[in-house]
Amino acid sequence: MCLGIPGEIVALATPDVATVEVAGVRRSVHIGLISEELAVGDWVLIHVGFALSRIDEQEARAALEFLESIGKAYEDEIVALQTSAPT
Amino acid sequence: MRFVDEFRDARSAQALSQRIAERCEPGRHYAFMEVCGGHTHTIYKHGLEDYLPETVQLVHGPGCPVCVIPMGRIDDAISIARRPEVIFTTFGDMMRVPGGNGTFFDAKATGADIRMVYSPLDALAVARANPERRVVFFGIGFETTAPSTAMTILRAEAEGITNFSVFCNHVMIIPAIKAILESPDLRLDGFLGPGHVSTVIGCWPYEFITRQHGKPLVCAGFEPLDILASVLMLLTQLAEGRAEVENQYARVVPWDGNPLALRAIGRVMELRPYFEWRGLGFIAQSALRLNENYAAFDAERIFPVPGIRIADPKACQCGEVLKGVLKPWECKVFGTACTPETPIGTCMVSSEGACAAYYNYGRFTRQRLTAAAR
Amino acid sequence: MNGLGVTPAGREQQVLDRIERSRQRKPKVREERITLAHGAGGKATHTLIDAIFLDAFRNPTLEGLDDGAVLDLAGARIAFSTDTYVVSPLFFPGGCIGDLAVNGTVNDLAMTGARPVALSAGFVLEEGFAVCELERIVAAMRHAADAADVQIVTGDTKVVQSGHGDGCYVNTAGVGVVTRRQRLTAGAARPGDVVIVSGPVGDHGVTVLLARGDLALEADLVSDTAPLASLADALLSATDGVRMLRDATRGGVATIMNEIAAASGVAVVLDEASVPVRPAVTGACELLGIDPLYVACEGRFVAVVDGTEADRALAALRAHPQGEQATVIGRVEPDPSGLVLLRTSFGGTRVVDMLVGDPLPRIC
Repeated sequence: MCLGIPGEIVALATPDVATVEVAGVRRSVHIGLISEELAVGDWVLIHVGFALSRIDEQEARAALEFLESIGKAYEDEIVALQTSAPT
Repeated sequence: MRFVDEFRDARSAQALSQRIAERCEPGRHYAFMEVCGGHTHTIYKHGLEDYLPETVQLVHGPGCPVCVIPMGRIDDAISIARRPEVIFTTFGDMMRVPGGNGTFFDAKATGADIRMVYSPLDALAVARANPERRVVFFGIGFETTAPSTAMTILRAEAEGITNFSVFCNHVMIIPAIKAILESPDLRLDGFLGPGHVSTVIGCWPYEFITRQHGKPLVCAGFEPLDILASVLMLLTQLAEGRAEVENQYARVVPWDGNPLALRAIGRVMELRPYFEWRGLGFIAQSALRLNENYAAFDAERIFPVPGIRIADPKACQCGEVLKGVLKPWECKVFGTACTPETPIGTCMVSSEGACAAYYNYGRFTRQRLTAAAR
Repeated sequence: MNGLGVTPAGREQQVLDRIERSRQRKPKVREERITLAHGAGGKATHTLIDAIFLDAFRNPTLEGLDDGAVLDLAGARIAFSTDTYVVSPLFFPGGCIGDLAVNGTVNDLAMTGARPVALSAGFVLEEGFAVCELERIVAAMRHAADAADVQIVTGDTKVVQSGHGDGCYVNTAGVGVVTRRQRLTAGAARPGDVVIVSGPVGDHGVTVLLARGDLALEADLVSDTAPLASLADALLSATDGVRMLRDATRGGVATIMNEIAAASGVAVVLDEASVPVRPAVTGACELLGIDPLYVACEGRFVAVVDGTEADRALAALRAHPQGEQATVIGRVEPDPSGLVLLRTSFGGTRVVDMLVGDPLPRIC
């Protein structure tokens, strides 16, 4: 399990149902399992037509920064290797 | 696609691959179990094994809710589907799973009204649109999916819909992991935790693994970079002598899980005293059924089912593959008698079963190509 | 076979070799009854064709199993093809069964290098089917035929009892004239060739899947159904280096690649990052857990072209309004023979096998 895709809330129909969009594809999604107040523009994880969790954009950014820092450090090393004087 | 594409960046993958290689102790071999079938699928689909050193092995675990349903239960489901008054609704994953007497596709070919749905809510819509028929929904999946089934039943109750019921086969991940840890054949160094199950149950239930068994677990997302980052985190823990539960998938997984989802399950369902898992045998308190208050929605109480236990075909070694003891190609019938066209066991049928993933995707990775060329 | 001194890697290779030998064996249909998988264009369909139809009808022309047959008749080379249309719903964004029926056969003929000339049209109508819907379908066919510069010159109609027939099934057969010398066939691919696709993949299959309504997904997508004779002609006029053309219908691009790899005894290596896919198709496929490489198109073709002619081929395609997004998506290599591999956008490698049946939506 389990296919879960991040989607953006583009409309709030009722307290329980939102229209969510994934790369231009729209589906009505049940948001009754999310305790926080949701707004248009929020991102949620969708699984079988239900939102299971609200995506924390800060955490997402932190995860990407971690990856980027590893990438940057790696590239710095490569550059250092290439420019280091031969012994 | 936002929150997806960024976690598929190849350059970051190179860097992670390098860090992983550096973090490995020379001469040491690592075996990490990725519990979730979704991880198995991602690993093979993106060719992630090419990014790991040969000393790091990813062992496939039992987190494939399709794979663990015994043949007898499939037959039970098909017997309900064959009833003329029934419209049987199911996720696409189940259509090709063989029971003792054929698959859902075969049953459809002989007249059973079987329809694929994306959501249990769509099954409920079928019930609304067909009041003279009885609509049954095949509830499969771990704790990720159980809340959705529960919420759908609650909605059916609220709307007074009386022709909708669920054949409940939801199973639970912690008992499965416990069964793995008790298996003497397996030596594991750590676990990649199932990211989406954890959105419901949280990360803290895995602490028994770190405390009682001293093995680290990293709750992992499903994009390629999530998996590589999680492997790095496991190696880091081992290098630092730690055994903790860490959450790599924090953008989606809350440490405490989803209380509304757990409450929905608790309201509608209860634990079965025991349940048979294909390949793992009977496990106590490992699966869910509808409780007494929701008996009117319980297909098992409404319809008679054969309830016959069917032994797996002699040749089938799905059990050992599910436990991670055998690799797919080590199964005696893999690729010959058991293929995607003629599957003997569920590991070959389910799109995230280890055997299907290996056969359909993984049998030619760069590593294997180079090995073959040597 | 297994003895002392066989390494784990060696044992694994033995299993992989066993799989390859298994795949080469004569196909057999194991099922007693036809299932939907037999119509999906994947392994089940191929087994059915090989074991039942090819076995019974066997002749050299049929064995080519190309989209159309090219016959030498009284000094002329005539291309001949047929296709039957079974689609639900009958009307979908971008077209209807009528468009598919005309374009499908026109395209099969175009893939042999022929100029399509004339079609027949056979209808199986269900008792109770609305006449106004039949009129709409037929009007669409007339329109499509005009656009493709062909005429529908003969036909047939049958009516079946209510409950049999899904409203309307259409069969079209077509003839065309082959004047070019090039023999286009799936067995002609050579190492060093490139694989080109004429535009974004998966539009038709996803449109129809969404139009059925039971998945409750909405997107601004239309079927890509279109006649390809003019585009094929532009390519074939620009270069002699085209080995084969095949339109990507049921089974998608992945299935064609497997057919080529098997027929030519080569490997096809695809580059995931190069395969053009519209964002909405990607989104729908991610949501449903299906792979766009296996999703049907109805207005795209795959061309295998001599590597040295790749630039010329692309220029010719891109200059044509239907080929603006033509791209090289892979290349032909000598090994491993008969297999299709994908280099993922991530840099890993994986196999792309034919599916057994249709790609099924999944939740796991």
